[in-house]
Amino acid sequence: MTLRAASTFFYRRPYWYLALLLVPPLLWFGTVYLGSLFALLAQSFYAIDEFTAQIVREPTLATYKQLVTQPANVDIVVRTLGMAIAVTIACAIIALPIATYMARYARGRMKAFFYVGVMLPMWTSYLVKVYAWRLLLAKEGIIAWVLGKLGLMGLLDAALEAPGIGGPSLSSSYIGMFIVFVYMWLPFMILPMAAALERVPGSLLQASADLGARPAQTFRNVVLPLAVPGIAAGSVFTFSLTLGDYIIPSVVGAPGYFIGMMVYVQQGTAGNIPLAAAFSVVPIVLIFIYLSIAKRFGAFDAL
Amino acid sequence: MRSKAYRPDRPSLLLRVGAFAGLAFMHIPVLIIILYAFTTEDSTYSFPPPGLTLHWFDVAFARSDIWESLTLSLAVAACATAIALVLGTLSAFALARAKFPAKDSLTALFVLPIALPGIITGISLLAAMKFARLDPSFFTIVAGHATFCTVIVYNNVIARLRRLPPSWVEASMDLGADGTQTLRYVLLPQVATAFLAGGMLAFALSFDEIIVTIFTAGKERTLPIWFFNELFRPRDRPVTNVVAVIVIAVTLIPILLAYYLTRPDDEHETAR
Repeated sequence: MTLRAASTFFYRRPYWYLALLLVPPLLWFGTVYLGSLFALLAQSFYAIDEFTAQIVREPTLATYKQLVTQPANVDIVVRTLGMAIAVTIACAIIALPIATYMARYARGRMKAFFYVGVMLPMWTSYLVKVYAWRLLLAKEGIIAWVLGKLGLMGLLDAALEAPGIGGPSLSSSYIGMFIVFVYMWLPFMILPMAAALERVPGSLLQASADLGARPAQTFRNVVLPLAVPGIAAGSVFTFSLTLGDYIIPSVVGAPGYFIGMMVYVQQGTAGNIPLAAAFSVVPIVLIFIYLSIAKRFGAFDAL
Repeated sequence: MRSKAYRPDRPSLLLRVGAFAGLAFMHIPVLIIILYAFTTEDSTYSFPPPGLTLHWFDVAFARSDIWESLTLSLAVAACATAIALVLGTLSAFALARAKFPAKDSLTALFVLPIALPGIITGISLLAAMKFARLDPSFFTIVAGHATFCTVIVYNNVIARLRRLPPSWVEASMDLGADGTQTLRYVLLPQVATAFLAGGMLAFALSFDEIIVTIFTAGKERTLPIWFFNELFRPRDRPVTNVVAVIVIAVTLIPILLAYYLTRPDDEHETAR
């Protein structure tokens, strides 16, 4: 069969053509990815024998029971969820002026400068950025140095004495961890937000101004509601990335565990894969709940 | 008197300060790391550095463990990118235009590896390896990376395919080209830059990946794993700084290339 005949054959039978294209990726995703997800789910229904520390391969809910009944485990989930929400809100607030400026005001070279300026830190090595913050937040680090020069050391000390979120230094407090999370996921919020703001038609702004709205009113009543899908799309990233991260809480921050760290420690040193698996089902469930909320705000149209 | 008309060309001072301060916030940490790679001081994080030197680059280049990790990471990234280019392009071509039942679930499946946090992919692969009694190796690292790299290639190629007017393919066929000729002369030239950009991004992503890799690497040490271990053993701080700069360079070159390959032709399309 010649190539031409073969291509005609497939052009006339679109389903055969589709099958030809889809079989390799489906085989890969079906076995490697979905297969692994099912393996994870299966592991979470096993439990560890308390005396032998061996995994008992019999379906049981014991591991989930352990997850929801032990207060320490519930604390971990609540702590992680609280951090994810706080980080998402902070990212949205900081991203708003940047996204508005780059999407609605900057032109030509300035616009390109802003887009590259947001993309470069987003793609800069994850670990290098975490490492950088370790240096910045250290007791003798740059933040302390700058605040010292400005005579604002008292402000930092007061923040660090705050109950619950403070600590001996920025690099070992929840405040420091919060700053690092916000820094890391900020570009993921800015880009979809800017994309949504780019799509706001100029005629709407003119109409709003013609009807006598001040710039601030136009922004609040016209631009912002139209940016909501972009914010929702960005928040999916900031929320999901915070929920699953285990590197940042183990490099910067207070001793309290986060979901990701718990998964990492349980599968590693503790050797309790069932509990690690059960813990990793928590962010999956939370993210699916979050996605269904974000979908109502049009997040998927803005991705 | 100040005009109250809404003029989109004039951002308020507050907005401008917020935008530039935000941009500065995103860049200062990286610039600081680059500065620290040249510092003469080797034990504390204190700022400002007392002097500048290139000495630590010599020290880092003489370390065999760094070279081993670097070559391993490059090899993993190359293999993962190759697999991702094939799988990502195939799925993009399949899902770009066709309509068939289950298409939405397939689309969701292909973006799941980046919608869910990396730790889920990592622990899942580990759980599967335990079931299959597979030992961690070079190949398990590549398998993990190829999965999320495929999504990157898929996203780039499908975005380009969707922008392509369907009439082009019809015109090509009307003019007597067969399927392979249409692919060769119409589709591929259009998709080529998106394909390359997807590959570049996939390479950069794989080279830098740690979250999934830790679960699938076993005793293998990619450069990010080497770096991660250094974070808890800060005895070679100056060398760590130098490796940070190397990592930044290796990832940013493909990223910038990808940006120039896919940037829109018209940079003034705000007014649409």
